[in-house]
Amino acid sequence: MPGTIVFVDHDGDAFAANSLGVLARASTLGGEVTAFVAGSGLDDGWAAGLGRYGASRVLLADDAAFEGGLPQPVVDALEPHAREADQVLFGAGVVSADVAAGLAARLGSGINCETTDFALTGDGLVAVRPALGDTIMVESGFAGGPAIVLARANAFPADPVGDGTAEVERVTPEVQDWSKAARMVGREEAETGGVDIGEADVLVAFGRGIGGPENIPVVESLAKALGGTVAATRAVVDAGWCSYSLQVGQTGKTVSPKLYVAAGVSGAIQHKVGMMNSGVIVAINKDANAPIFEFADLGVVGDALTVVPKLTEAIAARRG
Amino acid sequence: MNIAVCVKEVPTASAPRRLDPATNRLDRSGDSELNPFDVHGLEEALRIRESGQQVDEIVAVCMGPESAQRPLQKALALGADRAVLLTDAALAGSDIAGTAYALSAALEGQNADLVILGQQAADADCYVMAAAVADHLKRPLITQVASLTVQDGKIRAKRQTEHGYDVIEAPLPAVVSVSDAINEPRLPSIKAIMGAKKKPTDRLTAADAGIDSSRVGADGARSVVRSASPPPQKQSGLRLEDSGGDSVEQIVQFLAEKGVV
Repeated sequence: MPGTIVFVDHDGDAFAANSLGVLARASTLGGEVTAFVAGSGLDDGWAAGLGRYGASRVLLADDAAFEGGLPQPVVDALEPHAREADQVLFGAGVVSADVAAGLAARLGSGINCETTDFALTGDGLVAVRPALGDTIMVESGFAGGPAIVLARANAFPADPVGDGTAEVERVTPEVQDWSKAARMVGREEAETGGVDIGEADVLVAFGRGIGGPENIPVVESLAKALGGTVAATRAVVDAGWCSYSLQVGQTGKTVSPKLYVAAGVSGAIQHKVGMMNSGVIVAINKDANAPIFEFADLGVVGDALTVVPKLTEAIAARRG
Repeated sequence: MNIAVCVKEVPTASAPRRLDPATNRLDRSGDSELNPFDVHGLEEALRIRESGQQVDEIVAVCMGPESAQRPLQKALALGADRAVLLTDAALAGSDIAGTAYALSAALEGQNADLVILGQQAADADCYVMAAAVADHLKRPLITQVASLTVQDGKIRAKRQTEHGYDVIEAPLPAVVSVSDAINEPRLPSIKAIMGAKKKPTDRLTAADAGIDSSRVGADGARSVVRSASPPPQKQSGLRLEDSGGDSVEQIVQFLAEKGVV
């Protein structure tokens, strides 16, 4: 009887780091931890490797229905196993979030999002999440049905916890027709190559607050003066201003440069989780209520397009 | 086709953020507004209509207290044809599971071919409502949509994941959540604001929507706040008010003190 199930997302052969982090953390709860993996053409030996991250058993749902990597068929496959569990845990991720939410609806279960810690108590699972712009830590319990937890990105290190292999059990999913109605028709792989923002000592990030893509050179000049490179928020990448390879945050890169200058970046949680461990954070934003001011070391309330060029000049003059 | 856009009332960004110590629920006594993420959903519905699709009705659907009438009025000013306010004392204190169930029940009655949600609510930072609603409605789902086209009874959407961009197709009826980068919402004209007052708002009680009251409200919540405490103390940052670039000298000094220039 699975006490804890951890949904492990993967991209091809690579397990998602956020799933592995939650799995490793779950293994410290005590009791059996079952990993659940869905995909098409999966290898038992590969799945057994999840033992290193604390899984004692892996349920492998291997079916063409999962080939596109879409969430709804996975909810169908996971549902009967989840009903028997005390808690079902998910790492951050676009597909993981969709599966967690669909499952919560299906089971009528309580779901905790942006979770940064969880523990088992005599009263069942307790989940902790930062809330209200991370100004408060909220501890929640669960009632009825299995508890569902969707962790915050990078909440737990994805480090192996042992060298065991997990027992792999193949399960036969029953996928409903409506769950298969959405169809993946194509994928644009993330661009690789170019500058690796994960390696830079200084990053100057821009968001929609710089007005438009025509102002990117203004930010690039500051990055050059500081001896660094530019990075971007999801919103401007989605809007087509620049390449996905520059994106910092939950669906982009996680970075920790010595200096992170955020120009016209609001500091939404999806961005914050990708850069909060930077050495020094400087934020320049017109909106005095922008969340980024809550965690910047230096917050400048002002127009990035005015401040950045003058700052570039001052830095360049200083460097001589 | 008909489009339903789900909207939520949230505290404004400048309103004090606190939990009511008696209930551990968000204190909503301060100023509130239409969830900014939902404005992108309304804008997208208008763009679908303007793209030449026959859109018979755009309805804004909201679950919330009486005060949610004001943000709903804004949704009407932004272009919705009709509003639905699902409001009932029995719904107060609903958690995500209860809200998804109740909102879906209200949506069932709207005959919408496409249900659009914003990517997240600004007050909760959760991005799970669309997937939960899709499961209740048993409809295909595409979340975090960065571009959307509707054609021949199908939607085609591009969305970002951790690996790049997916292009996904689904037949209508369907549920989508849109990214805040999908469009630049327009501002309502004075004429539209005045005209919104003449547009109808249907009020639904939990019973009207066929909601089982044991599954909603504080008593039906499956996720229960036990306690709240301050986060680990982080030294608060330095703050400068810039005017015309006059803060630059202080910024440079700060960077020098930190040894990063």
